[in-house]
Amino acid sequence: MNKIALIVQREYLSRVRKKSFIIMTIIGPLLFATFLILPAWLSQVEDTDEKIIAVLETNEYNEPKPDSLRFFDVIPDKENLKFEYVPATLDALKQILSSSKYYAILYIPYNVINSETVELYSKKQPSLGIELHITKSLEKYIYNLKLRKNNIPLDVLNSVRTDIDLRTIKLEKDGSFQEQNQQDMMRWIGYICGFLVYFFIFFFGAQVMRGVIEEKTSRIIEVIISSVKPFQLMMGKIIGIGMVGLTQFLIWIILTFSIVFILQQALGFHKTTADSSELTPESLFEAKPVQGQSATPDNTADFQGYVEKLREIPFLKVFFGFLFYFIGGFILYGSLFAAIGAAVDSETDTQQFMLPVTIPLILSLFIMISTFTNPEGQLAIIFSIIPLTSPVVMMGRIGFNIPLVQMITSMMVLVLTFLGTTWLAGKIYRTGILMYGKKVSYKELWKWIRYRN
Amino acid sequence: MDIFKALKIEKKFSNHLALNNLSISVPEGSIYGLLGPNGAGKTTLIRIINQITAPDKGELFFYDRKFRSDDVFQIGYLPEERGLYRKMKVGEQAVYLSRLKGVSKHDAVKRLKYWFEKFEMQAWWNKKVEELSKGMQQKVHFIITIIHQPPLLIFDEPFSGFDPINTSLLKKEILNLKNQGVTIIFSTHDMGSVEELCDRITLINKSKSILEGDVNEIRKTYKSNTYEIGFKGDMNKLTTFLNDNFNLAELKKVDDHFLARILLERDINDNKLLSAIIPYFHVISFNEVIPGMNEIFIKVVQDARKN
Repeated sequence: MNKIALIVQREYLSRVRKKSFIIMTIIGPLLFATFLILPAWLSQVEDTDEKIIAVLETNEYNEPKPDSLRFFDVIPDKENLKFEYVPATLDALKQILSSSKYYAILYIPYNVINSETVELYSKKQPSLGIELHITKSLEKYIYNLKLRKNNIPLDVLNSVRTDIDLRTIKLEKDGSFQEQNQQDMMRWIGYICGFLVYFFIFFFGAQVMRGVIEEKTSRIIEVIISSVKPFQLMMGKIIGIGMVGLTQFLIWIILTFSIVFILQQALGFHKTTADSSELTPESLFEAKPVQGQSATPDNTADFQGYVEKLREIPFLKVFFGFLFYFIGGFILYGSLFAAIGAAVDSETDTQQFMLPVTIPLILSLFIMISTFTNPEGQLAIIFSIIPLTSPVVMMGRIGFNIPLVQMITSMMVLVLTFLGTTWLAGKIYRTGILMYGKKVSYKELWKWIRYRN
Repeated sequence: MDIFKALKIEKKFSNHLALNNLSISVPEGSIYGLLGPNGAGKTTLIRIINQITAPDKGELFFYDRKFRSDDVFQIGYLPEERGLYRKMKVGEQAVYLSRLKGVSKHDAVKRLKYWFEKFEMQAWWNKKVEELSKGMQQKVHFIITIIHQPPLLIFDEPFSGFDPINTSLLKKEILNLKNQGVTIIFSTHDMGSVEELCDRITLINKSKSILEGDVNEIRKTYKSNTYEIGFKGDMNKLTTFLNDNFNLAELKKVDDHFLARILLERDINDNKLLSAIIPYFHVISFNEVIPGMNEIFIKVVQDARKN
């Protein structure tokens, strides 16, 4: 059996069998699933109990007189949300609120048309939905009232009202096109993939470093080094740990989806009922609208087309892009982490060498976030070709039609760079692993790289 | 025939010379000692032999040809500082390390079982390394070193950390291996074991070889024509007698008798000494004093420092 394969096998099995790996593998999806499903579930729970809001209107003498009822009717009841006119003074209502059946008091003063202010006294922070419902209803009514006052007929107004709907369609050189709606989704997919690449490189890169330090401080390296070449040992470790990362990633995805699916069935709510279902993975990875509320009856046709387009998202491209950039980025950074591990005696000594490695990695995350709104801008293109940032930044753009030239350039540069860094890291590693009790400087590292043998 | 030869090896680290024009020849089937004070360059030489570092100058030979990098798999190397994966089980780890040396899984398990039984370690197979004492770990290391049955073994300080029982067990195994035709190079500070085991030695001091050769011959070269006589009788009388006729180096009382060390002139036969004493004293022992490797080591290294 090939020696690298043997080392990969040991690195892989010894980590996958660890309790911490098993716990992480189970807890991760539970957490993700909770994050994804909790908001939807909570909003549904909230919706079930009925709320009654006491409405109070006053006349010009600030008395709660029925004849002043002008606005009560304009706020319609909703499912689980009722409005009741209460003929009482505000002070009296405020005093009984906590013991009453009312959720809140809506106070509409006489001069609301001019002041444009109403007050809502509530026991708990009212939801945004309730606030929007009240303001929108009143705004619409007062708006119409003002129109009438100024003798502007509603049908005239309706005929002059203009609403431009901008449909942005990107035309490719080959004549194909892609409607922009789809791109919201692609942004999120890229964003999540980019973040995952970042997280896995960081987390498992640090494990490579720790593994090297462990072998060095325990002197196991002395025993192994006569039977294995240092480069084989380093590559075996990087590949083995990278495979642990991929395993964890795949299990996370499968488990997260399973848990979300099971919870959805168990809690018995449908993802289109709640606005927050836009966050469920189905909506992100499957053919579901990003914004649930856009699926109102009057644009069903649009919605159907939208779903059709989402089906065309190149999931294979996203998947293989993720594999390529995770593996490429991991080998690049993993070899640098391995070199750091070899150069130091303990984890506390790693600080000075960690910085130049972690800075580009963290930078790549910030660049990915900042190119979120403009994935085809100069910044995004440049940093998706620079190999230290390309794994994260390019993943951020993966959903878009990246020109083939850019894609190939980025991939080639990444491959060439990780070949370079593994070669360089191998040189540092070879000298470093057998060097103890010496505070190593950058000058020293440079000398190691230049050693002939 | 020499199984291994190093010719005029030179190795420089950033600001000091670790090995300076050093040559050794190790005859096949012998036990070869590498001696020297700490930091003399022994471990560097051993690492060069194991292809862990390359010399700046000089050549290595394996049997009668130049050393090739894959010849290293015909060497079993026990490093001075040795460790194991602490969280891994002993048996599993031994199989892993054996397979890294190119032994098939099947053979590795078979041979390991044999050695674990021989050293009475079967119960450790499923224990984690961190549960073993240092001496136990040393035994595991020894087994792993020889598991691929190489013709050449290199032990760097093999006895450090061993108790006397395990030390003698290890010595026995080393001699066993020698009897099977295996060549052994080992470095040590324990001169007793050198006298006991080694056929030839090289003494390295400050990166240079300062003494090389057959152990017995070296000891003979360093003998100073000194004889030790054990006798019973009147001490004063003897002192006077010896001082008058010979060069008395040392006299001490041991239990019920005395031991005298006498330095003879080059031209005086030892028989002459014996026959001169016998008429007057009750001689119970008589032997030539051959210096131990310890004395030779100290003398040679100190002489080298003076020059």
